[in-house]
Amino acid sequence: MIKVLSKGIHTSIQDLGRIGYQDMGVPIAGVMDSYAAKFANTVLGNKENDAVIEITLGLTKLEFISNCVICIAGGDFSAKINNQSVVLNSILNIEAGSILSFGKRNFGARVYIAVLGGCLTEEVLQSRSFSKGITKQTQLYKQDIIPVATDQKMKNNTYAKVKFKEEYMQTDKLFAFKGAEYEFLSENQKSKLVQTNFLITTENSRMGYILNETIENTLPSIYSSGVLPGTVQLTPSGKLIVLMRDCQVTGGYPRVLQLTEMAINSLAQKTTSDLINFKVVDFIYK
Amino acid sequence: MLDSLTYKPYGERSILIEWESKIDVSIHKDIIRYKQIIQSNSTQIQSVIVGYHSLLVSYKGLISSFTLAIKELKECYLQETVLETVENFVWEIPVCYDREFGIDLEVLAKQSGLTIEEIIRLHTKPIYQVYFIGFLPGFMYLGGLDKQIHFNRKQTPRLKVPKGSVAIGGSQTGVYPQESAGGWNIIGNTPISFFDRTKKRPCFIKAGDQICFQSITKEVHKEMMWLDKKGIYRCDKKQIG
Repeated sequence: MIKVLSKGIHTSIQDLGRIGYQDMGVPIAGVMDSYAAKFANTVLGNKENDAVIEITLGLTKLEFISNCVICIAGGDFSAKINNQSVVLNSILNIEAGSILSFGKRNFGARVYIAVLGGCLTEEVLQSRSFSKGITKQTQLYKQDIIPVATDQKMKNNTYAKVKFKEEYMQTDKLFAFKGAEYEFLSENQKSKLVQTNFLITTENSRMGYILNETIENTLPSIYSSGVLPGTVQLTPSGKLIVLMRDCQVTGGYPRVLQLTEMAINSLAQKTTSDLINFKVVDFIYK
Repeated sequence: MLDSLTYKPYGERSILIEWESKIDVSIHKDIIRYKQIIQSNSTQIQSVIVGYHSLLVSYKGLISSFTLAIKELKECYLQETVLETVENFVWEIPVCYDREFGIDLEVLAKQSGLTIEEIIRLHTKPIYQVYFIGFLPGFMYLGGLDKQIHFNRKQTPRLKVPKGSVAIGGSQTGVYPQESAGGWNIIGNTPISFFDRTKKRPCFIKAGDQICFQSITKEVHKEMMWLDKKGIYRCDKKQIG
């Protein structure tokens, strides 16, 4: 078991999301950065979909009540076990009573803690991802207990090391496909979309990121239609919203871009005041 | 309708199918038929999201060839019979329009010159089409609201609209399936849960169904709410012929 000593800014349990209930209005949810979460699970030999702890911007403090085998991957917030720095992206054998804390932010916005066998919090509609109106809670609080597999046998860090490609966390370039309403934009609007360095406003969360710079919006609103994590919508005020994992399943704003899965992961590692720009890529038709 | 359909890639794993851009019952019926065929034909589909004039089809893995995937979808459209027919129903939704719940009724009456009784009569008269579920788990997008009771959304949204609130926003009416922020005018409350996370099929209503609202008293509302909490209340339904 793992006990939450301090909840930090936002800490939740996530797997790869709640799939197949979207026609009932259920958000997909799931880890914001699927690359880092899958990586942490892979290092431990877990299943890709095993539930992990997602921590936004550090400050969270956890106590391991039982012996645990873990891997920490994603953003670098100077992770420490009992005040000793630890190596990210590797197998860590943690003794009962140890405390995980974080310090200075080096890069990234979200860090993942995978535990051997996964976090075993309640499963609702085939997923453990915290989600509003679906799971009992949307974030972890002080004193919460995260159930994990008991009797975790210590593991050696011997097998071939998988390399964590952290470049995606540093880049400000987000690759995106043309969105469903992209063709309705004028040439001027299209060039602004790729030439502007957009600043991430304080309104950024698991639901979506609102960007600061505006593009004059001359498009009519659309009849509500499906949206996905990574959909970039142009709002009536001219501000762009990039929908993230907790987004609704339908929306009525024009969809100008659709981020690639890796670009969603890149954005998940960004926070307030970070800059991003879009690079439009074409589909390769086969 | 096939000629007027467009198919566009939507990210790496999805295809957006669009009909002519309008809200129309015959388009809606075509969408629902198509969705059923797609879901019964392919094991590679992860989810299909219904919009007013669109389907967003997401696959389990990356789409290796959009040309091939779109060709397969087009073949589905031409399939005449649906193997597993899905039954559609008209559901009777009980609503208490007492002013204790319908907190905006008086303002709406003043604003429109209608009496509260007329507003309730106009709201309970039509059979509404469930176009799709979105916004929140179990939130129905309904068509068929009488023009006389189209009311603009509130200038400032309320931070907390209670679960079960029945409301009007512009030309739309709907039910808040959970407590949420919202800018629609609240005219009543239903004791029925539209989303139950403990059920295998958490939302009993689906796109393609229809609903009508039935006025109930405060006493009946209280009783039904108790039954709903116990999980034993079932709405009356009729099959659509």
